[in-house]
Amino acid sequence: MERNIIELRNVCKDFNGHRALNDVGFYVRKNEFITLLGPSGCGKTTTLRLIGGFEQVTSGEILFEGTDITSMPPYKRKVNTVFQKYALFPHMNVFDNISFGLKVKKMDKRLIEKKVKEMLSLVNLKGFEKRSINSLSGGQQQRIAIARALINEPEVLLLDEPLGALDLKLRKEMQIELKRMQQKLGITFIFVTHDQEEALTMSDKIIVMKDGKLQQLGTPEDIYNEPKNSFVADFIGESTIIDGIMHEDYLVEFAGRKFKCLDKGFMKKEKVDVVIRPEDIKVVPTREGMLTVTVESVIFKGVHYEMMVRSNKHVFKIHSTEMVHASQEAGIIIGPNDIHIMKKERVADEK
Amino acid sequence: MKNKWIAYPYIVWMILFTVVPILLVLFYSITFRDGLGITFTLENYKRFFDPVYIGVLVHSINLALISTAICLLLGYPMAMIIAKSPIGYRNMLILFFVIPMWMNFLLRTYAWMTLLERSGLINKFLASLNLPAFNIMYSNSAVVLGMVYNFLPFMVLPIYSVLIKIDKNLIEAAEDLGADGLKVFREVIFPLSLPGVVSGIIMVFMPAITTFVISRLLGGGQFTLIGNLIEQQFLVAGDWNFGSAISMLMLVLILLCSSVMGREDKDEGGVGLW
Repeated sequence: MERNIIELRNVCKDFNGHRALNDVGFYVRKNEFITLLGPSGCGKTTTLRLIGGFEQVTSGEILFEGTDITSMPPYKRKVNTVFQKYALFPHMNVFDNISFGLKVKKMDKRLIEKKVKEMLSLVNLKGFEKRSINSLSGGQQQRIAIARALINEPEVLLLDEPLGALDLKLRKEMQIELKRMQQKLGITFIFVTHDQEEALTMSDKIIVMKDGKLQQLGTPEDIYNEPKNSFVADFIGESTIIDGIMHEDYLVEFAGRKFKCLDKGFMKKEKVDVVIRPEDIKVVPTREGMLTVTVESVIFKGVHYEMMVRSNKHVFKIHSTEMVHASQEAGIIIGPNDIHIMKKERVADEK
Repeated sequence: MKNKWIAYPYIVWMILFTVVPILLVLFYSITFRDGLGITFTLENYKRFFDPVYIGVLVHSINLALISTAICLLLGYPMAMIIAKSPIGYRNMLILFFVIPMWMNFLLRTYAWMTLLERSGLINKFLASLNLPAFNIMYSNSAVVLGMVYNFLPFMVLPIYSVLIKIDKNLIEAAEDLGADGLKVFREVIFPLSLPGVVSGIIMVFMPAITTFVISRLLGGGQFTLIGNLIEQQFLVAGDWNFGSAISMLMLVLILLCSSVMGREDKDEGGVGLW
């Protein structure tokens, strides 16, 4: 049985009367790589700052290995943070930055030197001890920030959009490297990002948030394949969301036709959201298709073509390696596997 | 750069009122005038290295250093308090600091005289409580008090403006790495505020070492400072050549001091005097 290392219970946080977090509760197991994902302003960074101790909860509690740390100051917590803009000390060189935490703990000098060396080789920056922070590139500063946090051997490492400032190629490299470090060191990572692809690539578990509320918690596969509501579906990956009516178990109507699906347990004639991933729609010759559509636009995306196709009032997004020219007709096939039915969110819940 | 001409009035101003006067002072300091005409000499400089004058210089440096140190000890915590206050409150505190500066410097110093005098307000108040009188008028303490009072804003404001710019993330990062309040201050806040401290020290030390008004009014003339010495040479003794030589020596001293301080500053991207 794995232990819960961090647990949040009914956490609420207000800023000047505005509710930033509303009844958030989840737990993190030891050695997990967990990602808080959501659009900006959804409360993911606030959640991280509460765990780090930089903000105080308005209500609720935060537990660390079962003990309440809700009001413990940051310097006493066994967590370390990699800040969004790295927050490296500009008046110190690389060595002094990385060794800061150990010096504060008054560790033996020779041991500190040895550990800094190890850390620098872990982040692939051997021999950078004497360099000044300002002489480093963004990617290098990023690695120093990670080394500075990891050298303290925290139980939990908090990362606040650490890759946001890097270019795409460097970001992909760092994603793989972070994952490698996490597996090698066996430290729990809590990672904040608004980049869904990043979240899917790196995480063991993803927490999707919106407007200060937890939307869904699950493995990347769960969240991608079985989004709980249309917000999650829309946020994680691209998808077409259209209105539908559930006629009976395993039978849904949308775009003027009935489709078989794998969902059940809805009321008769219940209005639902139907979510279809663009790569799940197959393009076939017109007479073989379940629906006949007109291609409105085609964009070449490298691996595939992105096509917007229209059937009456309904527009679908399709990713396909087969290309159909714009304004031509085609057929599409959507299998029961590829149809995800979601309860309509009542409008009253929104505001 | 375009619009270079915008700088021309400034350049003209600088030449007329800074460069030319300094050259004049330099000229006076290395010349001697008698009935026969003008002769060049270093005699004016030699005269200064007399134990009496050196004593005056040491005394001036002493008082200026003490005032600067007191300003720093009082000013740094003040700057921190202001920097940590909420924004609206902060502007009000700054205003309180600046308002006395709108009043004439001489007036403010005269005000201290009436406060500190033997039959001044403070002593009247003490007497009404049957407490012994408080006599610091015409002493070193009164001069230091006057300097601290007048120059404190020049210490607070530069430190405040540096403190306010320190990235909050750095403080959080230090806390995150296990530093408590004291260590955060010692290892992060204070080192990062050094550029402000350096310019504060320069801005207090320079006027403090050259002041002659404060020492004359509050020191009562018996504690001659270097500023009074120069004043006397020009206005009382009429020896412009010797007065100029002392002024040049002071100029060199101040430039040396501030260049040493400025060097400390340079690594942090602060503004030194050169």
